[in-house]
Amino acid sequence: MLKITDLVKRYDTGQPVLKNLNLEIKGESVVSIIGSSGAGKSTLLRCINRLVEPSSGQIQLNGTDLTSLNRSQLRKARHKIGMVFQSFNLIDRLTVMENVQSGRLGSLPTWRAIARKYPKEDIRRAYELMDRVGIAHYADKRADELSGGERQRVGVVRALMQEPEILLADEPTASLDPKTSEQIMGLLRDLSREFALPVLINIHNVTEAKEYTDRIVGMRYGRIIFDALPSDLDKDAMDSIYSGTPAADRGADVQQSTVSGDVGAVAT
Amino acid sequence: MSMEIFPEQWARFTPRQRILRYTFFLLSAVILYWSVTSIDVIWEWVWDSPRQMGDLFSRMVPPDTRNLSSILMVLWETVNIATLATAIAVLISLPVAYMAAQNTTPNKATLWIGRFILVSSRSINTIIWALLFVAIFGPGIIAGIVAIMFRSIGFVGKLLGEAIEEIDHKPVEALEATGASRFKVIMYAIVPQVMPTFWAVSILRWDINLRESTVLGLVGAGGIGVMLQGAIDTFNWQEVATILLAIIVLVIVGEVISAWLRRKIL
Amino acid sequence: MSKADTQKQLVRDTWQKPPFIANPYIRWGVIIAVLVYFGFTLVNLPIDWNRASQGLTRAARIFNGAWPPSFERGGLLLNGFLESLKIAILATVGGVVLSIPIAFMAARNVAIKPVYFLGRAIIIVARSFHPVIVAIIFVKAVGFGPFAGVLTLIVYSVGFVAKMLAERIEEIDFGQVEAMRSVGAPFLSTLIYAVFPQIMPRQIGLTIYQLDSNLRASAVVGIVGAGGIGATLANAFGRYDYDFALTITLVIIGVILVSEAISGQIRKSIK
Repeated sequence: MLKITDLVKRYDTGQPVLKNLNLEIKGESVVSIIGSSGAGKSTLLRCINRLVEPSSGQIQLNGTDLTSLNRSQLRKARHKIGMVFQSFNLIDRLTVMENVQSGRLGSLPTWRAIARKYPKEDIRRAYELMDRVGIAHYADKRADELSGGERQRVGVVRALMQEPEILLADEPTASLDPKTSEQIMGLLRDLSREFALPVLINIHNVTEAKEYTDRIVGMRYGRIIFDALPSDLDKDAMDSIYSGTPAADRGADVQQSTVSGDVGAVAT
Repeated sequence: MSMEIFPEQWARFTPRQRILRYTFFLLSAVILYWSVTSIDVIWEWVWDSPRQMGDLFSRMVPPDTRNLSSILMVLWETVNIATLATAIAVLISLPVAYMAAQNTTPNKATLWIGRFILVSSRSINTIIWALLFVAIFGPGIIAGIVAIMFRSIGFVGKLLGEAIEEIDHKPVEALEATGASRFKVIMYAIVPQVMPTFWAVSILRWDINLRESTVLGLVGAGGIGVMLQGAIDTFNWQEVATILLAIIVLVIVGEVISAWLRRKIL
Repeated sequence: MSKADTQKQLVRDTWQKPPFIANPYIRWGVIIAVLVYFGFTLVNLPIDWNRASQGLTRAARIFNGAWPPSFERGGLLLNGFLESLKIAILATVGGVVLSIPIAFMAARNVAIKPVYFLGRAIIIVARSFHPVIVAIIFVKAVGFGPFAGVLTLIVYSVGFVAKMLAERIEEIDFGQVEAMRSVGAPFLSTLIYAVFPQIMPRQIGLTIYQLDSNLRASAVVGIVGAGGIGATLANAFGRYDYDFALTITLVIIGVILVSEAISGQIRKSIK
């Protein structure tokens, strides 16, 4: 279970990007986070594995408080958090197998990592997972020879190799064409069921969010203003998530008014 | 301002630009004049130089090939100096580049140490390094190898360090997110990205070092230069010609090999 | 296919990175050849350990003698630098002027075949020889002093500037030349209006770069007698004036860094 309490992220200057955010994710559900650019979706995701250091607040994953870990503890904790990226973030010049195995670097002895002598069970697992997502025949190919959808599958397998307790996906389909994009979303949903894995997805495409996820969280300027089933996401909710300006919200900060509806109305 | 009246005069530059340009030309002319008039040259020698050069070249033909086998032996030694020095320098420059790149260096102190090594290595020419190492190790190819090494570390390290600074940061982020240690992130996300530059720079430096190693001998640091100096000192101009031709062949072959390697490896 | 085979197909638990050279014979051949080469040359290095161990004390003596750097002969230092600067300026002017016709000769799209080969040959010869070798020949031919240095660096400049310029000329847009010809412009006007504007920016950049690198090189060719600060340095070294030699070296480094920064700035502002 992931439990985020009172999370604040403030960069050096100016307004906080995340403002006292609370979120709880239970079980193996697929949760999508929607919101316009700059709403803080990406920052939220990166705060969870502390690629971005939170300013204050608590993030608990299955009982561990991630925000209080030191560097080596954090590395161990990160090993339990898989992440999939918008631009795949593969190592282009390495083979697919090396990319996939890099998901296990956290627990692999250093000499094995350098000599590429991966343990048998890791190789078997890699082949099984690659087979599952349909890229096993690419094991010896270089990552930059693959198409976008295939590359994202490598990214997904890399994350699964970590045997994660949660999977974070930061706009996993934003660099893909519509058809491939749907395939990847379907894959994430299916894998979540198969591995009993909670998945947290940042996404721009609301249609996909509605179709492939179990719960939708709507963010606007650092706050969660919508959190319900996909079927509850109606036009009014959409309007309030995707309208407004930072200035309007800052104004709201001053008045301590956090009622979502009327802020949206003011902005439009 | 109305555009109905067209001016009948056109000039490419505004008056200000023109003044700047003329000042620049004038300044250049003054500097040139100063250089020509104040340089410590005996002008009779200058006017005589074409004849002198012709005389020298006429004494070079035909090239004397009697010593060809020993010339080739020394040429091989020259190649070895360049190759060994490049190989060792490349290995040493790896940690230096790591220290001198802003995104990998452990802390501010190592960054400045790295940069200091690169700058001092790069700003001192191979020949000056050779002078120093001949004084330390005595004449011979060891001084030559060390001199070329010292010069190459800065060259390779600088280009490699820049390559490290320009890598795509995304794979690094991805591996950090898996909980990999710093060292493993470097081995998996940084090293593969820098590899092409590493090979390209190593080959380029080897090509340059081949040229540099031909002159080490002139200050006593081994290689074909020793023989060239000897032939010049004994006014054996025909052998000088052979050695010069051998050097041209060496450099051209070196260029062909490095072009081939570059195609094969990159 | 038997059941065991299918099993084998399904359970894949070994993987090896595809080797860099697929053919194992060639791969091992290359590896062994490289090892043998380095082993052999390293073993055959004539290292005189006695001499090397003395080298350390010698190094200590040199550095002791060199510290602190001496600025006593500041006049000599300044004169050496001014001479280097003059050598660099004259060689740059001479080299660039000479480079232009040679570059046109060595440009495939402008020159006829025999001229092209001649141009290329000049460039190859100029590039093959390290300036120090060229310097030593010129010193023998025209005597010690800055004149030999200027000649040397002219050759050095031609090797680089003519090569780069020839490449630029080969890339020019010929449409502009045709346009000039179509309005009936004579040869010289065509050159001035259609060719020079295309190569001018590159030419200015190259000139500044070459001035900078000539200044560096002049510090080196002086060591073999071609004048400038290099000669001052070689003299200091020869007389075991290590403190003065260190001063010269430090000042050379400083001047090179400054001139590199200046030439970088100018080239950036021209672009």
